[in-house]
Amino acid sequence: MYFAKELLEKSSEMRKKWEDEVRKTVAKWPDQKERWSTVSDLEIKRLYGPEDIKDMDFARDIGYPGQFPYLRGNQVTGYRGKYWTFRMFSGMGSAKDTNERWHLLLKQGQTGLSTAFDFPTLMGYDTDSPKARGECGKCGVAIDTLEDFMVLVDGIPMDQITTSMTINPPATALWAMYCAAAQIKGVPLTKIGGTIQNDMLKEFIAQKTLMCPPEPSVKLISDTVEFGTKHVPRWNTISISGYHIREAGSTAVQELAFTIRDGVEYAEDVIKRKGLQVDEFAPRLSFFFNSHIDFFEEIAKLRAARRLWAKLMRDRFKAKDPRSWWMRFHTQTAGCSLTAQQPYNNVVRTATEALAAVLGGTQSLHTNSLDEVWCLPSDHAVQIALRTQQLIAEETGAANTVDPLAGSYFVEALTNEMEEKSWEYIEKIDDMGGMVAAIEKGFPQLEIADAAYKYQNQIDAGEKIMIGVNKYVTEDKGEIPFLEIDDSVEEQQIERLSAVRRKRDGKAVKKSLDDLKAACKKGENVMPYCIEAVKNLVSVQEICDVYREVFGEYRDPGLY
Amino acid sequence: MADRKLRVMVAKPGLDGHDRGARVLARCFRDAGFEVIYTGCHQTPEQIAASAIQEDVDLVGLSCLSGAHKYLFPKVVELLREQGADDITVIGGGIIPDQDLKSMHDAGLKAIFVPGATLDSILDWIRTNVKPR
Repeated sequence: MYFAKELLEKSSEMRKKWEDEVRKTVAKWPDQKERWSTVSDLEIKRLYGPEDIKDMDFARDIGYPGQFPYLRGNQVTGYRGKYWTFRMFSGMGSAKDTNERWHLLLKQGQTGLSTAFDFPTLMGYDTDSPKARGECGKCGVAIDTLEDFMVLVDGIPMDQITTSMTINPPATALWAMYCAAAQIKGVPLTKIGGTIQNDMLKEFIAQKTLMCPPEPSVKLISDTVEFGTKHVPRWNTISISGYHIREAGSTAVQELAFTIRDGVEYAEDVIKRKGLQVDEFAPRLSFFFNSHIDFFEEIAKLRAARRLWAKLMRDRFKAKDPRSWWMRFHTQTAGCSLTAQQPYNNVVRTATEALAAVLGGTQSLHTNSLDEVWCLPSDHAVQIALRTQQLIAEETGAANTVDPLAGSYFVEALTNEMEEKSWEYIEKIDDMGGMVAAIEKGFPQLEIADAAYKYQNQIDAGEKIMIGVNKYVTEDKGEIPFLEIDDSVEEQQIERLSAVRRKRDGKAVKKSLDDLKAACKKGENVMPYCIEAVKNLVSVQEICDVYREVFGEYRDPGLY
Repeated sequence: MADRKLRVMVAKPGLDGHDRGARVLARCFRDAGFEVIYTGCHQTPEQIAASAIQEDVDLVGLSCLSGAHKYLFPKVVELLREQGADDITVIGGGIIPDQDLKSMHDAGLKAIFVPGATLDSILDWIRTNVKPR
């Protein structure tokens, strides 16, 4: 029991008195609304007290930072030794444009890099593919071959700075480029650090960056985990992501549960397919969550995430190494919480969400720019977003003490609720035969669709508020400058690519692709073949076409 | 045939996977009593035009959040026109900046819905402007 019997008795007595007062008060001044709930529509009580957390066990459920179950964080000293990594997701236009933005951010105090690729790159198409028309450089940087990649990392000390790459179906190709670029610059693979997102299950569930069917997609991921474990020990070969699940309209609980269950699926596959011991690779599994606008719900979700994963790793996977128990995660503020209307209000939303991520103990953070509803962030907007993090770290005092909200009746009760409701989903998906099976049934997709539809109806009915959208609406559109990616970027990139195609060694290209195809057919690890291929200037699409040919193509079933 | 249900296709052209809006609308149209065909993500304009004709729809609603609407939306209208199906109404939605609205209308998009549009406002527009063909 968390509290002494005497305290609970006293509390219960005092609570009755308070409840009497509440009845009298609401008779005169009724509550503004009948039901109060989070943005995920989880009902919240008027007040939380000792009775809401009385069944907790301090040592089992809360404990200390750096100790199981890591509710209070992985780091013994919280943010005192090191703030979270200020990692702004950025990429635009050409490799040169993006490299310039990276240097600007580093000059302004960013501490890690994070790469946004354009849609053709994300989907494994080259800029000159008919499918890529009109998309080049629009949502991120266009990378076709290693030549582009060398420009991207020009002047970046690859042995000192960690780089995250949001790339999924073509993750092997882009990671191979990073490895090859490091080797060309004389940095050994053991010295490079960073993350590839490389989480395909959430693509089927939510983000829809699709290429091959689920089974071979998971196989390619296990290849990277194996290769990283053996050759690139400082690399996080997967970032198991809830972010996109949430953006697709899920609740906080769905985000947490589906993400963690995805993690279970990957870990099981690596153990089964590659024969690795859990403690060999689990310490490099990383996670990525959303920080939405409901302040306490997000803090509770992030705290619960660490406790859930620690329990799963220790009890289900029998991991012995405490580093396997750690859930290390990056957080991004919620793009879907931002509004096109009155865009300067987005600065306030992002700051609130960033503070929640910090109070939830994130280890890395991206803060959205005020203009991101409309376009890629301008230099000015991205600076405000970065300064938001620096301000939280260095002015607000939020980082002074570790896990400052621990012990709050409300926060602990909500954390418990997040965890309990997630277990229900996890068990349900276990019963379906795992996440791949659940995806094939459309289960997570439709659960999210339900939540998204419900939320939109609540917005339309004014039950949930978005300032500037359904309340305090103004005619003033709050004009902001837009960063536009000129269509000439596409023309120039196509020229660059055709120049590469002309000058490269055709025989070496063909051999690389034949070798890769043979490896795919034999079920060998593709990574060494990808590194060889990219060094021979094989393009992203050429590698992905091999995957499409050998493993088949997956089409969005269009569930709604 | 005047009472025939409206046949509506919700389509996602291009490589953009942001389908939250498209799926919410597909559901909204279904609940409003329309017959709904949702293409799923990653359709080429050619695929969309072909399915719209094959499915004999009255309306195509395009959704794009990647910034590629400037190429993709007019292309769908153009392909329908080329194939003699210019009586299929085409509307669009997504992140469409103000400065692009005129070129979208000039290209033959009958309406563009931008962030903040309510489901009801979209339904009202359709009920007023689109009749079963």
